[in-house]
Amino acid sequence: MSNAKVEKKSYLTRFHYTVEQVIEKPFNWKQMLRLLTYLKPYSKSYLPAAIIAMLVSMIVRLTVPVLIGKVAIDIAIFNKDTSLLTWLVVLIGVLYVLNYVANTLRIRWVNKLGQNVIYDLRHHLFSHVQRLSHRFFDNRSAGSILVRILNDINSLQELFTSGIINLLMDTLTLVGIMVILFVLSPQLAIAVLIVVPIMFYISTRLRRNIRRSWQEVRINQSRMNSHLNEGIQGMRITQSFSQENENAEFFDGVNKGYFHSFRNAAKKSAYFRPFVDISDAVGTIILIAFGSYLILKGEENGGIAIGTFVTFATFTGMFWEPISRLGQMYTQLLMAMASSERIFEFLDEQPNVKEKKNAHRFDEMEGHIVFDKVQFSYDNDRIALHDISLNIKAGETIALVGHTGSGKSTIANLISRFYDPTKGSVKIDGKNLLDVELASLREKISVVLQDTFIFSGTIMENIRFGRPNASDDEVMEAAKVVGADDFIKRLSNGYFTEVEERGNILSAGERQLLSFARALLANPRIIILDEATASIDTESEIKIQKALKRLLKGRTSIIIAHRLSTIREADKIFVLENGKILESGNHRSLLDKKGKYYELVKSQFTMLDAK
Amino acid sequence: MKTFKRLKEFYWPHKHYFLWSLFFLIILTCITVAYPIILQITIDEVVMQNQYELIIYISFIFFGLMLIKGISTFSFQYLSELFGMTSVYHLRNALYHKLQVLSFKYYDNSKTGDIMSRMTADVEGFRFFLSAGFAELIRIILLIGVSLSVMFYYSIPLAVVTMLAMPFLGMIVFRFDKQVHPAFRSVRKSFGKLNTRVQENISGMNTVKSLSREDFEIGRFSSSNDDYRQNYLNTAKLWAKYFPLMEFIGNIAVVSLLGFGGYLVITERLALGELVAFFSLVWYILGPLMNLGFVVNMFSQAKASGERLIEILDREEDILENEHAIDRPIKGHVTFKNVTLQYVEDDDAALKNISFDAPPGKVIGLIGATGSGKTSITQLITRFYEAEAGEVLVDGLHVSDYKLKTLRSHIGFVLQEPFLFSTSIRENIAYGRPEVTDEQVLAAAKRAQAHDFIMKLPKGYDTLLGERGMGLSGGQKQRIAIARALCIDPSILILDDATSAVDMETEFKIQSALKEVMNGRTSFIIAHRISSIKHADEILVLDKGEIKERGNHAELLELNGIYRRIYDIQYQDREEIMETVSH
Repeated sequence: MSNAKVEKKSYLTRFHYTVEQVIEKPFNWKQMLRLLTYLKPYSKSYLPAAIIAMLVSMIVRLTVPVLIGKVAIDIAIFNKDTSLLTWLVVLIGVLYVLNYVANTLRIRWVNKLGQNVIYDLRHHLFSHVQRLSHRFFDNRSAGSILVRILNDINSLQELFTSGIINLLMDTLTLVGIMVILFVLSPQLAIAVLIVVPIMFYISTRLRRNIRRSWQEVRINQSRMNSHLNEGIQGMRITQSFSQENENAEFFDGVNKGYFHSFRNAAKKSAYFRPFVDISDAVGTIILIAFGSYLILKGEENGGIAIGTFVTFATFTGMFWEPISRLGQMYTQLLMAMASSERIFEFLDEQPNVKEKKNAHRFDEMEGHIVFDKVQFSYDNDRIALHDISLNIKAGETIALVGHTGSGKSTIANLISRFYDPTKGSVKIDGKNLLDVELASLREKISVVLQDTFIFSGTIMENIRFGRPNASDDEVMEAAKVVGADDFIKRLSNGYFTEVEERGNILSAGERQLLSFARALLANPRIIILDEATASIDTESEIKIQKALKRLLKGRTSIIIAHRLSTIREADKIFVLENGKILESGNHRSLLDKKGKYYELVKSQFTMLDAK
Repeated sequence: MKTFKRLKEFYWPHKHYFLWSLFFLIILTCITVAYPIILQITIDEVVMQNQYELIIYISFIFFGLMLIKGISTFSFQYLSELFGMTSVYHLRNALYHKLQVLSFKYYDNSKTGDIMSRMTADVEGFRFFLSAGFAELIRIILLIGVSLSVMFYYSIPLAVVTMLAMPFLGMIVFRFDKQVHPAFRSVRKSFGKLNTRVQENISGMNTVKSLSREDFEIGRFSSSNDDYRQNYLNTAKLWAKYFPLMEFIGNIAVVSLLGFGGYLVITERLALGELVAFFSLVWYILGPLMNLGFVVNMFSQAKASGERLIEILDREEDILENEHAIDRPIKGHVTFKNVTLQYVEDDDAALKNISFDAPPGKVIGLIGATGSGKTSITQLITRFYEAEAGEVLVDGLHVSDYKLKTLRSHIGFVLQEPFLFSTSIRENIAYGRPEVTDEQVLAAAKRAQAHDFIMKLPKGYDTLLGERGMGLSGGQKQRIAIARALCIDPSILILDDATSAVDMETEFKIQSALKEVMNGRTSFIIAHRISSIKHADEILVLDKGEIKERGNHAELLELNGIYRRIYDIQYQDREEIMETVSH
């Protein structure tokens, strides 16, 4: 009978999300010291100032209970000395004013210290990343870089702001309390201090357990969030394939997973406080039982005065806070280790394309490009270019034709020196690119990519990205020349319309025109153009072709070509296959040759006509 | 309060957790004040009266109380968390369900980031309030109430002195709270800006490098970085101003207690132990008071979060399933009769008076500039949007007469952007019909010309795709998206610019394969390239939402209109080249 049951497909595993799990790392002194070097610029200003302010308020906090217990109770109240009591009230009042001032300054300085260090560290990391070469970015997703510059640095914020000062303050407070207690009454001190190691144990051991279960929660949470994010973005697909219920089943699974891990962590966390309370109670019982015994014994017989007892009562209440914070501090340090390891990994990364020390500026460029037996590979086993030799005269337009992976883009990348050739040399105007300053070289080369990147900001700012010091008029002039002026003027705010990368204000064709304007404004000697294959409607296509002619005029141009019209008009066409040049020549001569190029052109048209 | 009432269905069924947690909270709070009382008894009874034999009872009672307190603390904390997380678990599922049914119109007008922040931050905010907010408010009131009672019992004048500090502290807490939230908001805002700055820089790194704008970018970054620091320091200034002040008021209360209380002890109107007890009790009152601002703020935040969640929950569903919606196989006969569509009210209509008839087996080509309405036509067939006027019929019935699932599971839709999910290639292709066999997946992939490149991947069909299908080229993603549509064995196939990133050779192969599969079914092909649609039985040329020309390729060429113009541009060099090639 049970055979009749149809097995229902489970959707609980239909998506897979990878979640970065490393949140903590073991403590590492070398790394810690390296982090601390970022404090150095402030070692004569905010750092010592904050420490002094911290010491002042700590001393006040430790002095007052002693004054109340030993002086106010044992002397003033015991001897019914009202004038001493008044004096004490005034004295403690003054101390508290001092404490108030010190606290205000401490908070201010500690934050200045921390925020400056974080600023410096972030600046250092960002600037360093800017200098890294293409190879670095090839191997990493944008997200992983972003996480380091933003989140990893932020997770050090707490450490540098309050962490280091608190570590110092809490340690000193604990030591201070113990010293005072021992001076007041060694025997009661020993008895009461028994709870300190218990508290330390709870604070570290139990907390580690709790911490791990919260890590589990975070992993579940980021899995859930990843799905939510993807689910929302892919909602149109989901609805068009009517997978709503199936996805809801998956989500319920993730939601449940999150719920269970959360419940587990919440339960473990809830155990924590009772343990602390009970160890606290043990301390209190020891204090009242043994303390009152010592009071009754009388000071003259080796006992204690009531004031000492009151002071003890105050101080035992003060144990937990610093111990708890030190426990948290430990967690924070482990997290800081993981973050700083990731940060330092980037900082230790060296740019592959290095500028020589005696590199000279590329002042005037004609644009005569020579490839001399260039070989190149992205990684060791895959050769992208074999023995390529090219001679492109200044002002020529050349087209690179070939399938994906034939090496077209690699040639373009070597001209801008985004990579260095493995063998052979690339020269412009007879100068080996290895010998010139990178910025002076790239200033004279514009690369127009297939996917134009739009930065959030106005259209004006986006075009001006090609030359930041260009005036508004120059920007508009450039837009006019490439024919972008028309559509820009039609936008709600013209040149001052806000656009963004993911916004839908601009069509693919319009973005392309913007990038032409950007390139034109930069006024380069060499233009490298990766023609778009993406769908652009025919009207825009005409505009783009017109703009292209204006853009390329009088410059050396290298075009990774897809459109026959561009190819046809090139001075020279290179047909590439598997990193080699198969044939070269102009359109006419290549067709006459009836080689690969002829085949390519022919196959395209026969395909179009096939029915 | 309306907000909490609307969301009641999510938390009220779990009220038992909440009520029990309150029960434990009351016990817990009452025991908290035991500590100063024990101190007082020890000093006044044991020490002053020399009754050391009492200590054993005191110790036991105290330990017993602390045990009960421990159990109560645990139960309170756990139950209140459970209350929050159970409620939110159901809330989250409800929200997710709702998101599944909201139509394209909703997604057109909302940003992913915004929905995400509602689903994460706002849900968490609401949970936090359920778990901690209610209870914390009750705890504060209880603790202050109980402590004050004990104080008044010990000494009325001293209690009055303590109470004098309360309005001052309350005022400061209130002022701090008013200033700190705008400050926090600007910290978050400036961090958001920093985030955008860096994200754009990394995503646009190719552009930055090719224009060698690194220094310019570092400059822009520095100003955002500095802005963040400045905003953070402004908040820190508020902390520096108010936190020490709050502590100072508490300390002044202690000093006053010492002065006045000490005087009372000396004049024997107060016992020493009672004075000592006051030193603890004063913090039981002032401490929670400092927290009050936090709770009040949590309340208003939860309210705001709740409102944002209700906005999703109560969002009108504009595509509703008919009560008598039917479920029967669809052959694929699509008819449009004078259809008009408007995305936004008062805006120009996206489609005007569209009529056509597409019986099974027919291929319809759609061509026109961006925004001419090509995509809109196809999205009416799947009922992603609803027409304002006119009739959209499938097999002679209104699309709204079908169950949504029935309708859509017979239509294979390849959207412009080839969105793939984070799962294996196999699961992605089988997305619309998860129960299909491996052979069917393979067959679909082969027709979409995806099989060969998939087999070259190290794990073949089991290759996991990252978020947004990373690691594949645009053309490869498009081919998987086509395979996904073919895999549901559709009666109607819609290709919306689905091969734009695929090279011509491959596109040609896909087209031949499709011709075979779609025999006897209806296809809609949207494209910019004439070559993609020239074989269609009927081509609709659209301009600003209207059909300007219709007919097959040959007929349209003869019209000498828009179609001819597009053709001429795309084929301008054809004659000449064909001449040279056919030499």
